[in-house]
Amino acid sequence: MTNEELKVKLSELLPSATYEEGGQWLNVNIDHRDWLYFANSLRNHAELNFDYLFCLTCVDWKTHLTMVYHLDSTQYRHTAVIKSKLDRTQPHIESVSHIWRTADFHEREVYELFGVNFLNHPDLRLLILPEGWEGKNPLRKDFEDPINMIKL
Amino acid sequence: MSDLQNINGEFENVSPTGGELEGAFPGSVHPTASGGILVTKLDEVINWARSNSLWPLVFGTSCCAIEMMSTASAKYDWSRFGFEVARATPRQADVIIIAGTIVNKMAPVLKRLYDQMADPKYVIAMGACATSGGPFFYNTYSVVKGADHVIPVDVYIAGCPPRPEALLHAMITLQRKIKMGLTREQIRNESKSEV
Repeated sequence: MTNEELKVKLSELLPSATYEEGGQWLNVNIDHRDWLYFANSLRNHAELNFDYLFCLTCVDWKTHLTMVYHLDSTQYRHTAVIKSKLDRTQPHIESVSHIWRTADFHEREVYELFGVNFLNHPDLRLLILPEGWEGKNPLRKDFEDPINMIKL
Repeated sequence: MSDLQNINGEFENVSPTGGELEGAFPGSVHPTASGGILVTKLDEVINWARSNSLWPLVFGTSCCAIEMMSTASAKYDWSRFGFEVARATPRQADVIIIAGTIVNKMAPVLKRLYDQMADPKYVIAMGACATSGGPFFYNTYSVVKGADHVIPVDVYIAGCPPRPEALLHAMITLQRKIKMGLTREQIRNESKSEV
């Protein structure tokens, strides 16, 4: 499917979605409350079949956080980028680890580095950071390490 | 008359050219009618042997390791200097080349590897990360600001990453240091007394 066709299809599934174009891939902005329904549709819809989550990350914009999901269909070879704004003080979004198995570790990584709470995640705990790091999120823009930080 | 004996019949360094050759055997020949007697010091022979057969530990934590592999390969060929036997166990290694970034999680591993090596053991800090944290000196939560916070270092190399020539130079510098016959502590005390 081309980006234009994808856009029509996705609008049928979720009319509230907005789009950014101009890049290689179609960017879809959605409300974080729609994510679980939308993710299920993307995965299970016969004409979409987004069966491959090849990137899951988060961006700290200082005013808010944005979750970014890169999805690909190995059958139809089309790609979409789903973005969702999160509140910076209480960031939470539904986990998609039961839809795409790879999301399990990626969500744990975003949890430890950005402090996003993934609802209904099977095993939400630190992935790489050492014990006792809960609550400190090193990839937040305002993070300061009292021991290692050397300021310019 | 031996070729190694000079005009006055005095001792001379045993080397093919008769001069001060890098890596030459540390001794001299006392000529006799039947050929000659080799005169040297056992300590110097031990240091000479050690410096020319340093086995590095296989230890690379980031991009410097790529340069280290290049140094090991045919073009630069560190076996010319006796470094070719890279060991995957610290118990058989003489030198750690810290080729890359040391993070807080890696620091205890590095310390343990160093402790497991048999004396005498040497350390080369390769590149900016191993020397000072390098590009990760400011605003990082995970990087050790120089491997010498964890283990003592003999030779530092600048560069990010250093070229293979720089690593070879560091290795030759380490060999010279060993041939001087001083321990790390002795060298440190000497430099202190100079100040």
